[in-house]
Amino acid sequence: MKFGILINEGPYQHQAADSAYLFCKAALEKGHEIHRVFFYHDGVNNATRLTEPPLDDRNIVKRWSKLADEHKIDLVVCVAAALRRGIQEENLALGFRISGLGQLVETGIEADRTVTFGD
Amino acid sequence: MLHIINKSPLERNTLDACLAVAQEGATLLLIEDAVTAASRGNAAEARLRQVQGRFKVCVLQPDLDARGLGDRLSEGITSVDYGGFVDLVANNKNCQSWL
Amino acid sequence: MEGVVKKFMFVNRKAPYGTIYALESLEVVLISAAFDQDVSLAFLDDGVYQLKKGQQTKGIETKNFSPTYRALEGYDIEKLYVEKEALEARGLSEDDLLVDVTVLSRAEMGALMEEQDVVLSF
Repeated sequence: MKFGILINEGPYQHQAADSAYLFCKAALEKGHEIHRVFFYHDGVNNATRLTEPPLDDRNIVKRWSKLADEHKIDLVVCVAAALRRGIQEENLALGFRISGLGQLVETGIEADRTVTFGD
Repeated sequence: MLHIINKSPLERNTLDACLAVAQEGATLLLIEDAVTAASRGNAAEARLRQVQGRFKVCVLQPDLDARGLGDRLSEGITSVDYGGFVDLVANNKNCQSWL
Repeated sequence: MEGVVKKFMFVNRKAPYGTIYALESLEVVLISAAFDQDVSLAFLDDGVYQLKKGQQTKGIETKNFSPTYRALEGYDIEKLYVEKEALEARGLSEDDLLVDVTVLSRAEMGALMEEQDVVLSF
């Protein structure tokens, strides 16, 4: 089955990004496909490569990049939400791309299920 | 249909908002801070017990464990891991997150 | 993907201005119009405040985006559903809203939600 994921909150502040990541990992382990992870609202903050968490903490941004690399997952950051919050091409982490909101609607159409994680 | 709730019922109204709208036969999944509702002695326990005939109520065990409530799961509530969460989404036609 | 029409429901449960969710939800709704899908908007709980007439935002130096709800018709987005009990709990009636809506009971809203293919909430 193809899953689409929508993340509306930033990393560390809220558990949404952790829940979404663990959901994706479990789905992949079960042989499902992640059609796309779409980052919206403060969720766009998952995409900044400037993040530097303490060494004994999980690195949420790098974790997304690694998952995208290993499973060819499309990580899309909403352009309008990103520009509002200072996320641009130059500070984008590996595996993420900036695109329009149409990508979220497209995921809703193409994925079998779309799950929202937020506050 | 799957309804996902992530707020403590003692802090926000999403559990009640969901219970008011959800249709008979629906499945409720408590995640993040909402797992507190599934713990014995929580003020929401009676409310969840009342609706157990109408809905299937599940809780994400890792979130319950994280909050020190792993051994306090209320009766009648089904514990799932992240794999179980995935199965619930796959086995229901659609899902709504009560943010 | 060509020709696929899914039922999309955008669930709005938050008041405007306190957080950005209402505005950014509206932005997705506008984009969805370009995809020729079967789009519904549901206003539950504090979401009904998004449609309140007479929003004056000058004093908080924020853009008043409520006129956009009136423009939705021009995008062929005409299915706006409002929860009856939510209006009542807030001392509001249909006359207080800036667009034409269909008022549904909670049970009717729940039934409509069940029919959807994709439910997006912000």
